[in-house]
Amino acid sequence: MTGTGGALFAAVFLACAVEAVEAVTIVLAAGTARDWKSAGYGVGAGLAVLAVITAVLGPAVTAIPLGALRLVVGGLLLIFGLQWLRKAVLRASGHKDLHDEDAIFARELAAAKSAQAQTRFSVPDWYAFTLSFKGVLLEGLEVVFIVLTFGANAHDVPLAALAAAIAVVLVVAVGLAIRAPLAKVPENTMKFVVGVMLTSFGMFWGAEGADAHWPGDDAALLVIAPCVAVYALVWVSVLWRSAPRAAEPSPASELMGA
Amino acid sequence: MNTVVKRLKDFGAFWYDFVVGDDWRVAVVVLLALLATFGLSKTSVAAWWLMPAAVAVILPVSLWSARKR
Repeated sequence: MTGTGGALFAAVFLACAVEAVEAVTIVLAAGTARDWKSAGYGVGAGLAVLAVITAVLGPAVTAIPLGALRLVVGGLLLIFGLQWLRKAVLRASGHKDLHDEDAIFARELAAAKSAQAQTRFSVPDWYAFTLSFKGVLLEGLEVVFIVLTFGANAHDVPLAALAAAIAVVLVVAVGLAIRAPLAKVPENTMKFVVGVMLTSFGMFWGAEGADAHWPGDDAALLVIAPCVAVYALVWVSVLWRSAPRAAEPSPASELMGA
Repeated sequence: MNTVVKRLKDFGAFWYDFVVGDDWRVAVVVLLALLATFGLSKTSVAAWWLMPAAVAVILPVSLWSARKR
């Protein structure tokens, strides 16, 4: 695997693992509080819709000329990446609450327990079905988008799909084994890294799609990504000083998942 | 009719949130930077630095406006 291939694998793996953790939390809440069978139907239906979307979008995305693909996808990835990075920096600097799977699970659980049971289309519990269906579909859409765009741009959809599959299988297996939200996963750190990767790839591909040429060609990515990471960490440090709180862990320890 | 309009609005809101997100200025700056890069690439001046420069400007602007006060 080349350096760019390794970066592609890492970016897709981390992004998909984060999305899978969020989807697993929602499905676990639906299954635990309501009905596992209906939650399972919801997962199946969500995956089926995602498969159709992938089957339609996959050939369409790979058929677009590379220059246009890099321009559009680079721009979208950059917007996505800056959103992730913005939230990660705000969280690490204490300006936004940390993403807490335990708290999200408790909230989903409480909402699920208070909803009324209703049978529809042979599904025993419609609420559990729709909750897990939406969770899988919405988080899965991001996985599909990341796999197709990264894969098509790097001319390596199989590698991107492999990274996504390993991430999703790993997270689902752990989630099913412990039947609890994956709170120990350093999600905030992973989101920071994914933000850096998406922003870096977005800048690189966007500029290339707009006919600019990077010094060093593909090797420029190996400079861009560390520069973006350092720049974001500088802003974590700057904002941390003005965060409205008393004694809190330092930004570095928060990003290390401590 | 109202249901159809509401569903269309929800659909549009979902995609706006999915693509543009919390800060629309980020999307606008990225779009302008891509256009400027394309324009500059047609001249003899190097254009690769425009995207990093745009990120260097918009990230702190977006962070600063979202910070807790």
